[in-house]
Amino acid sequence: MPSRTVTVGSRTGLHARPAALFVAAAGSAPLPVKINVAGRKPVPANSMLSVLSLGAKCGTEVTITAEGDGADVVLDDLAALLARDLDAEEGGSDG
Amino acid sequence: MGEAAAASSLPADAPTDISAGQPVAASAPSQTGVPAGRLTGATPGLIGGVPGGVRPGPSAEPLRGIGVSPGFAAGPVCRAGDAPRMPSPRVVDDVEAELAGAAAALREVAAELGRRAEATRDATAAEILRAQVLMAEDPVLDEAVADAIRAGSDAPHAIDAAFAVHRQAFLDAGGYLAERVADLDDLRDRAVAVSSGAPMPGIPSPDHPFVLVATDLAPADTAGLDPARVLALVTEAGGPTSHTAILARSLGIPAVVRCGGAAGLRDGMVVAVDGAAGTVRVGVDEATVADTRRREQERRARAAASSGPGRTADGWSVELLANVGSAADPVAGAEGVGLFRTELLYLDRAQAPSHDEQVEAYAAVFDALGGRKVVVRTLDAGADKPLPFLEQSGEPNPALGVRGVRLARRDPGLLDGQLAAIAAAAARTGATAWVMAPMIATPAEARDFVARARAAGLASAGVMVEIPAAALRVRALLREVEFLSIGTNDLSQYTFAADRMAGDLAELLDPWQPALLDLVAMCARAGRAAGKPVGICGEAAADPGLAPVFAGLGISSLSMPAHAIPAVRDALAAHTREACERLATAVLSAEDPTAARAAAG
Repeated sequence: MPSRTVTVGSRTGLHARPAALFVAAAGSAPLPVKINVAGRKPVPANSMLSVLSLGAKCGTEVTITAEGDGADVVLDDLAALLARDLDAEEGGSDG
Repeated sequence: MGEAAAASSLPADAPTDISAGQPVAASAPSQTGVPAGRLTGATPGLIGGVPGGVRPGPSAEPLRGIGVSPGFAAGPVCRAGDAPRMPSPRVVDDVEAELAGAAAALREVAAELGRRAEATRDATAAEILRAQVLMAEDPVLDEAVADAIRAGSDAPHAIDAAFAVHRQAFLDAGGYLAERVADLDDLRDRAVAVSSGAPMPGIPSPDHPFVLVATDLAPADTAGLDPARVLALVTEAGGPTSHTAILARSLGIPAVVRCGGAAGLRDGMVVAVDGAAGTVRVGVDEATVADTRRREQERRARAAASSGPGRTADGWSVELLANVGSAADPVAGAEGVGLFRTELLYLDRAQAPSHDEQVEAYAAVFDALGGRKVVVRTLDAGADKPLPFLEQSGEPNPALGVRGVRLARRDPGLLDGQLAAIAAAAARTGATAWVMAPMIATPAEARDFVARARAAGLASAGVMVEIPAAALRVRALLREVEFLSIGTNDLSQYTFAADRMAGDLAELLDPWQPALLDLVAMCARAGRAAGKPVGICGEAAADPGLAPVFAGLGISSLSMPAHAIPAVRDALAAHTREACERLATAVLSAEDPTAARAAAG
């Protein structure tokens, strides 16, 4: 199954805003995508609660998988999103 | 450290807008059709499961919590509308209708929070709300709710059960996720209310300014807060990085979180809140309300006007330092940090925080200080401030038990690990990091601590003087350490054998007590003779009246909540060093606190 392993680039990790952006993007993908951290069961990437529960921090390696037509394109886009520092974009929050 | 930015984004008089003619204890607020009671019993371990009904009298000790957003405010309490009571389980006849009802409830909650996200002008709040919308729309949650209904549950119980799974996962993860539990509970309460035909829970909207009290506040609540109406926030749960704290700071509203006694606050009670000290005085009179308002105005005026290092009128230096618990606390106007409390990092944890996590937290504070001195106090926990991962059996008198540096007797790895993380953070940021141990009684304990600090690569190691034994043998202590910091709160408690929580004994804990000042004077004198700094980091350091007395005794630094610095700076600047020394001599010869104050006045 096509997969991408990528290091989370957002400084606060896959939390709050970065998680919301990623989940929204995964939810609008044409096929189901799963995400996992090493040693844990893959969870649906369009599930905010499941993605938050991964507890992925900045620098954590995560793997995304998808199967079907266009899987590679979908995964490339999502991997690029994960690798960016989404907190640095549009000002971010000062939490 | 956005205090200055937060304060300037606010109308100067907003949070203290208690019009003089208005009866502050006005009628109970009109809560918009909110059902009473929290989901008692539905979720074991629900935060805020504190029994209500405790009503502290007007003369009681203030309620204590963690001050997370500085400022003074006073006014009548309005409690946030509590969550709906869980209806009794019911037999489901029409599974399809139940499924549709549950799905509609979740959709309605998502839509409502989406509307709030659009309506708020606070970018932080909007972001949090949009994350909540995604949680309410979560397909995994949807499926779990549907599964439970197909297995025979009604919609409210199915929703509660589905959220409970994620709630537990968040709690188990600890840290950031554990603090997001309030978000989940808010979603659950809303969805349960809607699916059982009740209105969504919400915050009160009385027609007068009020102090908002809640078990915890959800982002949906705080996003709608009007700083012109909400004088202060007080919550039973939450932490320094909870929404309540973050949003209170961004709105410039004084806030106290983790205030267990807040469970006893009822609508209409008049309280005075100190958002830096973390205290809530209950049942205050109108004069106190007016006084609090005046203090807040003065605080703002001073903060705007005063700056620079601590100096007597003739230029003698007394360092003015800030007490902080995390990088979120303000340090504006401080020459450094004199007390970095590291307990917050350890609270509510199933395990000790990892090395990396500690390094991040310490480095964040070091970075915020940009090279100014930071005195880090190693973990000050014990049976009085219990931590889940330290298996502490009950002690008959926790204040006299295994707490502070005494924990290292049982678990030296915890202390060594913390020192290593502090050293790593200092190395990474190039910070001037000093470390000190709490609850030192003997020179041998100090020697052991300093050796551990040096082994970790930390050259500036000192200890706190909180135990009279340490003060009595201060010259021997000073041979072991680079500096001393006097914790006046505990030193009072142990010198006078008076529990800090015992309201009846408050006069014994007065920092103007001559016996306490004698011990301070002994330490200061010995420090000067040894050429080593002796500072103060208890409440007394924030007392502008005592500042020139301490300067006259030879104290080299005063560490306090940053908001208190301007008044202390002004008090020092009003006296020459010689005048300070005269004051100190006069105060030490006074017989009691009243006479001591009179001698200083």
